[in-house]
Amino acid sequence: MRLTVSILTVAALASVPLWLRDPYLMNALITTGIFIIGAMSLNLLLGFTGQLSLGHVAFFGIGAYVSALTSLGFDVGLPGGFRIVHEPWPPIAGLGLAIVAAGLCGYFVGRLSFRVRGAYFVIVTISFAEVVRLVALNWVELTQGPLALNNIPSIALPTPGLGELVLRTKLHNYYLVLTVAVISYVLIARLVRSHYGRAMRGLMENETLAVSVGIDVTKTLTLAAVISAGIAGAAGSLYAHYIRIIDPEVFAFINTVTMVIMVVSGGKGSLAGPVVGGLIFGLMPVFLRPIMAPEAQWIAYGGVLIVILFLLPRGIVPSLGQLLTKPRGRVTVPNVAAYSKRDAKEPA
Amino acid sequence: MARPAALKVEHVGIRFGGIVALSDLNFIVDEGEIVSLIGPNGAGKTTAFNIVTGFLTPTHGSVNYRGTTLRGLKPHQIADIGLVRTFQRTSVFPNDTVHDNLLIGLHRQSRVHLSEAIMGPPRARRIERKMHEQARELIEWVGLGRRIHDLAGSLSYGEQRLVGVALALAANPSMLLLDEPVSGMNASETHNFIELVRNIRDRGVTILLVEHDMPMVMNISDRIIVLNYGRIIAEGSPDVIRNDPAVIEAYLGRGAVRA
Repeated sequence: MRLTVSILTVAALASVPLWLRDPYLMNALITTGIFIIGAMSLNLLLGFTGQLSLGHVAFFGIGAYVSALTSLGFDVGLPGGFRIVHEPWPPIAGLGLAIVAAGLCGYFVGRLSFRVRGAYFVIVTISFAEVVRLVALNWVELTQGPLALNNIPSIALPTPGLGELVLRTKLHNYYLVLTVAVISYVLIARLVRSHYGRAMRGLMENETLAVSVGIDVTKTLTLAAVISAGIAGAAGSLYAHYIRIIDPEVFAFINTVTMVIMVVSGGKGSLAGPVVGGLIFGLMPVFLRPIMAPEAQWIAYGGVLIVILFLLPRGIVPSLGQLLTKPRGRVTVPNVAAYSKRDAKEPA
Repeated sequence: MARPAALKVEHVGIRFGGIVALSDLNFIVDEGEIVSLIGPNGAGKTTAFNIVTGFLTPTHGSVNYRGTTLRGLKPHQIADIGLVRTFQRTSVFPNDTVHDNLLIGLHRQSRVHLSEAIMGPPRARRIERKMHEQARELIEWVGLGRRIHDLAGSLSYGEQRLVGVALALAANPSMLLLDEPVSGMNASETHNFIELVRNIRDRGVTILLVEHDMPMVMNISDRIIVLNYGRIIAEGSPDVIRNDPAVIEAYLGRGAVRA
């Protein structure tokens, strides 16, 4: 049942370029897809371990810069007279390095901040994003600072017998983003349904008890942070090679907030949540643009978010899921209040 | 009768600021024994538990389990060597079903490599199926079969206690530490629980419990250790403890002894 729904959804998404010819809409779908990958990675931390990363865009941006610099090449001087000269590598290597670099950053941020967790993790991640933004802005020799990295090459796939397929068009990029999104989704789904995911949920619900049955807090949370950061890095890399120009604005706080809104509205802790929330908030500008000024659009986002959370407090997907399963009377999740009432009626 | 010692607590003391919570605590629990730690509120029973399971580090002294010193080990590492506890208040993962609670509890036995968890090869799937079976068995075994798909947070207090015990058993302990397991249970639930503890012991698990319910303690224990003001004031079989003047004084006051 779940598999059928997933396959139908992917097939529907894969068919979009066949009937949608509007390049503006295609562009909106591709950037939305990239942000959905980011939101899915954020959901792994926020929804499954309960740790809010408000600097998540740092991993996204690091992925973007690492990937761009790998494929553009660079020549920088280091203190002590050293120079690092890097010849351009194929962009697909950039994608791999982006995942590794972002994952490593996730490891260090996790190790540093998971000793204390909660609010401290939020603060460490915000600071981390800001520090990385300042580095990107001021290390002009490497990053071009505010002048931005230009002419980033598109990702090219080596195909057997046909030479290289350069993914330059919107059609190509749409399928590339869809592929990475599906891989990320499956990866996260497999992870959270394994004992790693159960360890994460245990820690979120009752840390003392989780520890007492043998769950290693630091290891579990760090693993979540590494995978989350790695996927965000992949999203950043896709962004860099699609937009083909990046500047330090990619680290803007508003990008993290966008991802958080996508996760919270769609439903944190649900696999499909970030996808649904991402589609709503990613495509809303397309429909609002003809009728509203950009500043007013932000007000509309806020309004829509408030309405969603007021009507469906746990997010769209979990709330609707509950509505759908209830009338069928399958293994319904018991309502705590209803149970305590029934228990009171039972003879002691 | 000479059973090897499982747990050795030697000269353990802990102070919180200027308050001495435990001073020079010495006791031994033998393999396969049921030992109760009793004493008035604030005597240091739960503190002793927290030290043994690594949630607190003693100011001085050492704890040994089957020849391994526990100093410096984290709680999850202590669970790994077979010493598992239950808690007074927080005994379940409230937002998961009883079945999923047990799956979380089976963490130690369900470990597979990350790549296996993601790729899902036959071996990982077989382990996963086995875990589902074991979770079901443990739930049936503690008598919560009809509650298996209910949220743990929706169960009664006594039932949550049973989930807590099942969770601890899921970690496959060789020694179980029960912190006030029957508080909140009615008489018949307590009666069943005593049977359950005996069954657990018969599976080869050593048991140390902290409890306030005296009839239960007298009924179940091989040996009782009485704590007051952070030190041991009496130790022995239930019959010895029942008639020990120091114990009666600690519980009932000086006048009761004279009377």
